[in-house]
Amino acid sequence: MVELMIKNEKAKATIKTPSPMTSEHIQTVEKNTVVQTKGFNLWYGDHHALKDINLDIKENEVTAIIGPSGCGKSTYIKALNRMVELVPIVKTNGEINYRGRNILDPSYEVEELRTKVGMVFQKPNPFPKSIYDNIAYGPRIHGIKNKKILDEIVEKSLRGAAIWDEVKDRLNQNAYGLSGGQQQRICIARCLAIEPDVILMDEPTSALDPISTLKVEELVQELKDNYSIIIVTHNMQQAARISDKTAFFLNGEVVEFDQTDKIFSTPRDKRTEDYISGRFG
Amino acid sequence: MKYIDNTDVMKRMKSRLKMNKVWKSIFLIATGLALLTLVILLARIITQGAGYLNWDFFNNFGSRFPEKAGIKAALIGSVYLMLVIAPVSIILGVGTAIYLEEYAKKNKFTSFIQMNISNLAGVPSIVFGLLGLTIFVRMFLLGKSILAAGFTMSLLILPVIIVAAQEAIRAVPKEQREASYGMGATKWQTITRVVLPAAVPGILTGSILALSRAVGETAPLVVLGIPVILQFLPDGLLSQFTTLPLQIYDWAKRPQEEFQFVAAAGIIVLMIFLILMNSIAIMIRNKFQKRY
Repeated sequence: MVELMIKNEKAKATIKTPSPMTSEHIQTVEKNTVVQTKGFNLWYGDHHALKDINLDIKENEVTAIIGPSGCGKSTYIKALNRMVELVPIVKTNGEINYRGRNILDPSYEVEELRTKVGMVFQKPNPFPKSIYDNIAYGPRIHGIKNKKILDEIVEKSLRGAAIWDEVKDRLNQNAYGLSGGQQQRICIARCLAIEPDVILMDEPTSALDPISTLKVEELVQELKDNYSIIIVTHNMQQAARISDKTAFFLNGEVVEFDQTDKIFSTPRDKRTEDYISGRFG
Repeated sequence: MKYIDNTDVMKRMKSRLKMNKVWKSIFLIATGLALLTLVILLARIITQGAGYLNWDFFNNFGSRFPEKAGIKAALIGSVYLMLVIAPVSIILGVGTAIYLEEYAKKNKFTSFIQMNISNLAGVPSIVFGLLGLTIFVRMFLLGKSILAAGFTMSLLILPVIIVAAQEAIRAVPKEQREASYGMGATKWQTITRVVLPAAVPGILTGSILALSRAVGETAPLVVLGIPVILQFLPDGLLSQFTTLPLQIYDWAKRPQEEFQFVAAAGIIVLMIFLILMNSIAIMIRNKFQKRY
């Protein structure tokens, strides 16, 4: 854990330290690719849901995925931690390389992948257990039994999800007694507790009120210092507010993938422009 | 243009409200009739049998004299039988339900199995008795023992337990499983830490109701040839035994009138036994119940 923090501190330092470099240099120190998708296809039975996806997700960035309903954006991020396999009729081909290793390779154990690539779901889904047990769930399944270490993880994760002050006096109460927005931040904290590298967020604010949404958005901004975040959102303003890069999905294809400000100011593709200007979707 | 004519609506209002009242009374009468029958039955049994309920009744074995007849062998026999049925049927039933819900692929074969399980729940208990006689009593040479009867009864209530457990497991929200899998939990960890804790109330309620049915079941035991009157207590699982409903059946068919009262006393004991089991089910449900 401490090691991880140090590693993250270093990562932060390397990113934030401004060094006298020319524009050429800046090109060469572009952030590492964490998840590289190459020629990825996915079928639900006969339905070709994702077509030849090519995307590079960079370290310590927020990548937003936008697009109309049914465009495959949720399917795509569920493919990144292979949650999509819970649907029995799914077939895939192509490559998704996480830190250089193809996760679609049958020898890649999903349990191993999912400890590195965590997920926050659309609807807050805490367990009907105490707040403490919710956060400790992940560490416990990975074999941590020491109460002291668990206590530390719980506190660190809840602080990381900016909810420690709200719940520190009632860690033994059922997480179901919290409001929807608090529940979602508990779910984010629960995800942080397994110390992932990448966090996938599938429309994490769609079930929340505006104030809770704002809190989660601020949290995402803080989390990107230590994690790579991929967020699916229905809300284009949200994508514009919080992401560094944006991918626009349409009918299972990536229409455009670029810096968020470019996508929203000068989209190259006509369809992107139509979508972000609200002409469809 | 308006499609709904207000005067027309008002005209029909009266008959609609009347219909509403009529149906309410019909449902009330249905409930009342069922309750009335139950009350009459209980009242008769209690007035007839209460006089025979005393320490001797619990402490005596069967006898041809009504005043000496007791229920000891049958009560202990029923308890022993339960000790075999409960673990066998719950372990097999819940195991099957977990396999079918969590592991088995949904295809034609599993839906065929599923259909058969549901059908088995409706097979007459006497058929299970014949099956038990062939397999456990004769093939496995278990004789008319507690074990043979316990296995037969377990088979009888297995379908009910499987279906109840499957429904309880299915009622655990998909999102809960996703949350667990999403953190890298294995299927086994997800089942033991998320699915089963949430499904326990439903599983146990269904199981105890099925066990109550087994306690009151007579037909399969008659087919197995379980004796009705015994003068000793079972000394092990391979021992001979008798049960409450068999004993009651035997008393009820005797010609002496006093034995009818003895039978009524037996029924009271059986009902208390059942009420106790159901109370346990309710207690467990209240203790573990979780809301989503």
